[in-house]
Amino acid sequence: MAELPKHQEDLSLDTFVRGLWKENPVFVMLLGMCPTLAVSNSAINAISMGLATTFVLAGSGALISWLRNWIPKQVRIASYIVIIATFVTIVDYAIQAISLDLYAALGAFIQLIVVNCIILGRAEAYASQQRLVPTLVNSLGIGAGFTIALFALGSVREILGSGTLFGLHLFGAGFQPWVVMVLPPGGFFVLGAWLLLFNWIKQRGERRADAPTGVPANAR
Amino acid sequence: MHAESLPSIFLNAAIVNNFVLAMFLGICPFLGVSSKKETSWNMGLAVIFVLLVSSAAAFGINWLLVNLELEFLRLICYIAVIASTVQLVEMFVKRYSPALFRSLGIFLPLITTNCAVLGLALFQTQKEYDFIQSLVYALGAGAGFTLALMLMAGLRERLALARVPDVSQGAALTLMLAGLLSLAFMGFAGLGGSHG
Repeated sequence: MAELPKHQEDLSLDTFVRGLWKENPVFVMLLGMCPTLAVSNSAINAISMGLATTFVLAGSGALISWLRNWIPKQVRIASYIVIIATFVTIVDYAIQAISLDLYAALGAFIQLIVVNCIILGRAEAYASQQRLVPTLVNSLGIGAGFTIALFALGSVREILGSGTLFGLHLFGAGFQPWVVMVLPPGGFFVLGAWLLLFNWIKQRGERRADAPTGVPANAR
Repeated sequence: MHAESLPSIFLNAAIVNNFVLAMFLGICPFLGVSSKKETSWNMGLAVIFVLLVSSAAAFGINWLLVNLELEFLRLICYIAVIASTVQLVEMFVKRYSPALFRSLGIFLPLITTNCAVLGLALFQTQKEYDFIQSLVYALGAGAGFTLALMLMAGLRERLALARVPDVSQGAALTLMLAGLLSLAFMGFAGLGGSHG
């Protein structure tokens, strides 16, 4: 096997934290859109999906990182997929055992965690090169970022779409729910709106950063 | 045996429960490859082919696993078959149309992680379709995927010439458009049974 020059990352706070915001899988990297949009119609579904994905991320990341020197380069993608599918099968049976209601609500999307691009992307870009502990920490960070993003979508859709949060009624009887928000189009709209908001914040930040340097540049 | 007529399965998969716009399967290529009509059309054809082959293979595997009482291996076997089918398509496209191979880029191998393909295999198992029904279901799903991709590409080609606010350029605008398309497709919901 060809020995690549590997950059071993040291364990630091950043290993975990950057998954939350700077490399947020949903809002920044736009990965894993299918489960994000499909199961974010209520806050509780969103959080369960986030936790299930985090478990698969951490488990498969750890195993891949541990086996990284034994997996031949040519068949690595197939090996990763099989490892990921194993962990998804575990989650699938575990959720079925814990709560049948939840299992019915998430439906096929538990099994579809296998094809979540975030997990394969992490396996290829991070777990296959780094040592066990940083991989584990980084996977947990990315998983947390994914869960937060799902919750951001799920809570907005649940509050607007059915006037509840975690099943608790927030508004009086006079509230007319925006049914469209819990239906498929709502997923696209809410995610689009979040991205708009982040773009706006980012642009405003850039403008503010440019402002002080702008004056000397003109004077020159 | 599932008693559903073939045209109804086809329409259901292609329009009423459109895989992309109503069931959120295959969003990544939908957002990634939908900037040109021609590329979208070719991507659609590639996906239809993968869907048909993996649907037939999934039917065989399921039969085998049920007889051997090894259902818990279903997921792993499905994904292995899908990965090899995609590899086959990739080799085929590379050999006969290098230009197409370049324009599809990374999204061609990524068909493996297209939820639509695995989703289809799982749904046809769940709905207990027989062999012919599965193939029709795969064809419908592929047609629906291509339709959604083409519609989106048409809209985005127009939009490339329009003036939009800076903030909304890129993914945000595409998602809003997808939302509107999805809203339009909800109008078809009355056409058939809405069991997803």
